[in-house]
Amino acid sequence: MSSKAIQDLASQEYKYGFVSDIAADHIPAGLSEDIVRIISAKKQEPAWLLEWRLKAYRHWLTMTEPTWANVRYPKIDYQAMVYYSAPKSQSDAPKSLDEVDPELLATYEKLGIPLREREALAGVAVDAVFDSVSVATTYKDKLGAMGIIFCSFSEAVQEHPELVRKYLGSVVPSADNFFAALNSAVFSDGSFCYVPKGVRCPMELSTYFRINAAKTGQFERTLLIADVGATVSYLEGCTAPVRDENQLHAAVVELVALDDATIKYSTVQNWYPGDKEGRGGIYNFVTKRGKCAGRNSKISWTQVETGSAITWKYPSCILQGENSIGEFYSVALANHYQQADTGTKMIHLGKNTRSTIISKGISAGHGQNTYRGLVKIAKGATGARNYSQCDSMLLGSQCGAHTFPYIEVKNSSSTLEHEASVSKIGEDQIYYCQQRGISAEDAVSMIVNGFCKEVFRELPMEFAVEAQKLLGVSLEGSVG
Amino acid sequence: MLEVRGLHVRVDDKEILKGLDLTVYAGEVHAIMGPNGSGKSTLAHVLAGRPGFEVTAGTVLYDGRDLLALSAEERAREGVFLAFQYPVEIPGVSNTYFLRAALNAIRKHRGLEELDGMDFVALLREKLKLIHLDQDLLQRPVNDGFSGGEKKRNEIFQMAVLEPRLAILDETDSGLDIDALKAVADGINALRGPERGMLLVTHYQRLLNYIVPDRVHVLQDGRILRSGDKSLALELEATGYAGGVSPAAAPTSAAVAPAVAPTGTTGTR
Repeated sequence: MSSKAIQDLASQEYKYGFVSDIAADHIPAGLSEDIVRIISAKKQEPAWLLEWRLKAYRHWLTMTEPTWANVRYPKIDYQAMVYYSAPKSQSDAPKSLDEVDPELLATYEKLGIPLREREALAGVAVDAVFDSVSVATTYKDKLGAMGIIFCSFSEAVQEHPELVRKYLGSVVPSADNFFAALNSAVFSDGSFCYVPKGVRCPMELSTYFRINAAKTGQFERTLLIADVGATVSYLEGCTAPVRDENQLHAAVVELVALDDATIKYSTVQNWYPGDKEGRGGIYNFVTKRGKCAGRNSKISWTQVETGSAITWKYPSCILQGENSIGEFYSVALANHYQQADTGTKMIHLGKNTRSTIISKGISAGHGQNTYRGLVKIAKGATGARNYSQCDSMLLGSQCGAHTFPYIEVKNSSSTLEHEASVSKIGEDQIYYCQQRGISAEDAVSMIVNGFCKEVFRELPMEFAVEAQKLLGVSLEGSVG
Repeated sequence: MLEVRGLHVRVDDKEILKGLDLTVYAGEVHAIMGPNGSGKSTLAHVLAGRPGFEVTAGTVLYDGRDLLALSAEERAREGVFLAFQYPVEIPGVSNTYFLRAALNAIRKHRGLEELDGMDFVALLREKLKLIHLDQDLLQRPVNDGFSGGEKKRNEIFQMAVLEPRLAILDETDSGLDIDALKAVADGINALRGPERGMLLVTHYQRLLNYIVPDRVHVLQDGRILRSGDKSLALELEATGYAGGVSPAAAPTSAAVAPAVAPTGTTGTR
């Protein structure tokens, strides 16, 4: 809901797509070639993209849902879902904050989200929305002057089809896995970014994205290309809790870094995790992958995952270019009945490629947290190096932490280091903080934030502050 | 400011304190001495509010209020400070961040404004000088990677910043070399004041060469067996805990300061 609703609204008239002459909001449930065709038609896509979707769909039919992840959930009925949802109309939106769920407002308060943004996040139909459109437009002009393209995926398909066609599926092929294939067939929209040769993007693509989180929908698709020598830092998500009537989210994110390019991709994910008994909540089954295609390129993933009932997510790097660098910094929290199976894959193909993995898993309540990672050194990856560190912290005795590190090495000149630790948050630590006047709840938040420090310091400043607060709020009630 | 009466405490079904009496007036420094296992650390933690101690009998009044009814953090906010014998490490949390959270929690409790970053850093610098510590301590994670001596000095530094009314120092002298001991003692002496009571829990007399107590108590077998002035510490040093102390000759009430005549001239209730 929240930012999605705003976006729907903001981009409704403003962008094309959504020509609603074919009864936009009444697509039947279920998935078939016809549905794929309707989605493509509604978005006025070129024939090649429809073909691409159909190919993905046909392949998806031959695939089975993966069961290897350490998560449990009832079987998903893919024919019961609606694969295209129309933008919400303004008349459905709350008129003021008085009409918004008080619990949601309380959380905004705790997170310290500015008043003006609260209205926007809660989807209130007020001027704030129009303000954000104009802010967004200002940014867009500034970026445009430098040749940076940053727009919704649909817009990119219309305006930059050659770039989309060249790179779409080049990192995550449409048949890559069950959820990626499903996404390829029915993706709704998402973001597109291209930073041209030698351009250093002058701002974190954050404020813009946060207000303008382009009607992501259930099946989001992101494509980000940093051309030779380009640098970009991209922030995805928002610390404000996001609720959505769609339970399954299967997004695909592809990053391409050419020679000497650097991409920093930061995520804060706080989707509805379900209630304290584990009812409801989003299933977040995401495929994120970056390709360091060029020499000396670098892709760095930083994620803070506190939301969703189930997370299935492995932001990965294909280190193809010589001397390329892949990094993965992750904080994953599983509280109440949340389940997280997350990690990364570092595929070393080029010479002297380097990768770093720092994973911090926190389990509380009945939460189950799994780190699953693969470090693969191919035959040609002479001199490749990897450092992995997987730390788990347990709060309470009902939760679990699991680590599945896979290592495949085919080149004997490589160097790999793996460190892992499991710690239980100490009563001694809490007592020590209390004896200094700090409440038990603040103590836990402080200790957990300290545990995650190596990851938080990779986040852009403003995001890091929010992420720390978020962690505290997400852990409320986990001691006592 | 502190009145302990007939305190009985059990830990894991074992009785550790067996009717302890103790009165400390504001402005006084009391030393609690005694052999291993006599209950010294238990006393320190019961006063600080550590969970897991069962008070089976007795009362503790702090400024006339029932101290045992307060949680550990409430006691801290009311001005009770414990310098830990084994300070706890909190990786990833800087000393500055930790102390600021603590100080502001205490200030908030007392209805004071939270200190802003600049004022707080100025305060820290001033207190560092008092304890003769380097600035780099501020950015290091709380006690993580500290030497034994650094941890103890960090406790005194925290005490200096938080300015408690009642400071309990649990074997702050143990494991210190002579230079560190002097530095710690200097810090403690600098913090003595007419409004502040201190309880030094120690094995050895040597700390008392640097910090001269107003009263010295011998804690043995869960009770205070003898009380006296600083000369008692010297006597113990010479004769040991086993010698000189006769339970029969030392009624527990000796530990209770006479109601009419406080021991120190600065003493006020």
